[in-house]
Amino acid sequence: MLREHDLSWLLRKDLLILRRSRLLVALLIVYPVAIALLIGFAISRGPSRPRVAIVDETAPGETIAVGNQRVAVGEYARQLFDQVQAVEVRSRAQAIAKVKSGEVLAAVVIPSDLAARVSSATEKAQLEVLYNGDALEQSLVQSTLNSALAQANLGFSAQIQKAAGGVISSLLSGSKLGSIGAPENLIGLDRIPPTLSTIVAHLPRGHERTELERIAAFAGFAAQNLSLSRNVLATVGQPIRVNSVLLRGRRTPLNTFAVVVATSVSLMFVCVLLAAGGVALEREEHTLARLVRRPPGASGSLISREALLVEKTLLAAGCAFSISLAMLAGIGAFVALDWSRVGLWLAALALGALAFGALGVAIGVLAREVRAASLLAFLLSLPLALLALVPSGSVSGRFYDAIDAISFVFPFKAALQALDAAVNGASPSIGLALVHLAVLAAVFGALARVGLRQVE
Amino acid sequence: MSAVLNVSALAKRYGELQALRDVSFRLSAGELVAVVGPNGAGKTTLLSIISGIQSPSAGTVGRGDSEGRWAVGWVPQASALYSKLSVIENLELFAHLEGIADMHAVVQRMLEQTGLAQRAREPVGRLSGGNRQRVNVALGLIGDPPVLALDEPSAALDPGQRERLWEFVAARVAAGTAVVFSTHNVSEAQRYADRLLVLGAGQLLFDGTAEELLARGSESAGGDLERALVCFLGEATSVAEQRSGRAGGQ
Repeated sequence: MLREHDLSWLLRKDLLILRRSRLLVALLIVYPVAIALLIGFAISRGPSRPRVAIVDETAPGETIAVGNQRVAVGEYARQLFDQVQAVEVRSRAQAIAKVKSGEVLAAVVIPSDLAARVSSATEKAQLEVLYNGDALEQSLVQSTLNSALAQANLGFSAQIQKAAGGVISSLLSGSKLGSIGAPENLIGLDRIPPTLSTIVAHLPRGHERTELERIAAFAGFAAQNLSLSRNVLATVGQPIRVNSVLLRGRRTPLNTFAVVVATSVSLMFVCVLLAAGGVALEREEHTLARLVRRPPGASGSLISREALLVEKTLLAAGCAFSISLAMLAGIGAFVALDWSRVGLWLAALALGALAFGALGVAIGVLAREVRAASLLAFLLSLPLALLALVPSGSVSGRFYDAIDAISFVFPFKAALQALDAAVNGASPSIGLALVHLAVLAAVFGALARVGLRQVE
Repeated sequence: MSAVLNVSALAKRYGELQALRDVSFRLSAGELVAVVGPNGAGKTTLLSIISGIQSPSAGTVGRGDSEGRWAVGWVPQASALYSKLSVIENLELFAHLEGIADMHAVVQRMLEQTGLAQRAREPVGRLSGGNRQRVNVALGLIGDPPVLALDEPSAALDPGQRERLWEFVAARVAAGTAVVFSTHNVSEAQRYADRLLVLGAGQLLFDGTAEELLARGSESAGGDLERALVCFLGEATSVAEQRSGRAGGQ
């Protein structure tokens, strides 16, 4: 039978024990918060720029002529420098030495004939990329550098396009034609058709007039197409633009999602470790049997098994709820959170804490010592949290289905969804996630009760 | 004297293992009874059923023919205490859970009886093994039960601590509490117990005084109860094997 007064004495006893276990309390708070912050940072920050040595073998100030425009070859190096954490070195040998020593992840050599090859229009310029390391490192370097080089290429090609566009404008308008080697006093292609039309109007009908009319028509056609070629150049530079449309769910900014992940991880660790440890402590101190034994002739035990599990769950849930709420509020000082939704935060944290507490007591009844219970709780919780963060599409369909099924029967994903919905208004709706958490709390509570049948 | 505990045809089975079979005995008020026997004889199982830790597969544990309040206090072999709580906090917690009306008076009395009044505020984890065991016994007695079951209460104590523990228990017995305890220490059983229950392979092989057991042992025991017990157990085991052999042959 559940006597509220007895429950309060048990709670008081556990709080006294907690207060006197300062190292445990410190670990329970510091450790999950540290892990939560690490995960939060890992998610919210994109991959850092790789440290790459760059050897620029081109002559200083060398340019590529594009009509009357000149594009500095150093512009390419500058574009590349923007994409990576650049370490400038003088020679290829120095670059190789830095890669071998591990000081840089890779080296890029910009060859001295870059300008000549780009200007030739028949040969492509080639860069040399030097790297070493294990398979994982090689894959990381390749993908990161490919992306960086693509960005640099895009930027450099934009410079060349801009120069080419300037030359086309000069040809059309006739201004600054001298700078691309044309004789002085020439008119632009755009002005040829109207000029010729004026002349043709004063000529008598005949062969010469017909020929001039054909020349004027061609000049008009050429001017139109040359004008179009500027747009063509821009299209070739970036043929396809991406327009993203979110069909399902609400867009959650990465930094606020990281807050939700960090809080959920913290909630889970504090709650599961405390609940599991609380039940295991009763076994370790041999007090469980004293509490739940039912002497012959007595109407009942000192405390029913159900009351004991409820007390441990409430204690763990209460502590985890307070820590997580404080954490959320603390982070809220640095990240813009919608405080008008605080009621939903409380609901999500409370149900999440109860579900994690129930999981914790279910783990606790399996262990006879606090250390074993803590280890078991940790070994179970961490992979479950990581599995719940695996995005769909990042693994094969069947594997993701298996991950999804595992995540469904443990509270982390549901707690994450509830908190994401509460904090960010993300879908699925918070109601569904809260019901899911309540069901999981009941299931794990029932499992814990079954596991507590045997006390000695 | 009226019986305060009546154990009747008690049996306990764990799967294929028959831990107890057909164990019956009675315990009177103010009686101190030792349960002895080799490892695996069923001593702890018997005491855990009497205390309500486990339920029997068959048989009953009842109050005998005594009248009035009836309860069985329990003192496990390992101290069942919260080591981070003080002596007084442990006593108060269990006094409250036992539903004792005058909690503070009872706790003070237990502190005085255990001689731990001066150390009442110390965490139990800092006490010596002997003092921890006194608190452990005090918790078993806090509800003032007419029957107290102690599972190897002196196993981890030095001779001095053991002496003080038995003085404490003897005072309770003198006050009318019936005590049943298990032990490996035959001389301790001989010294303190009014009666001995000898268990072997889950069966109650002997129920009587130490003198009666000595008389049952072989002459080679020469008045040594431990030797007499070993001889008795040897004979009892061979008789049991012969019986089971005959039963198998029939």
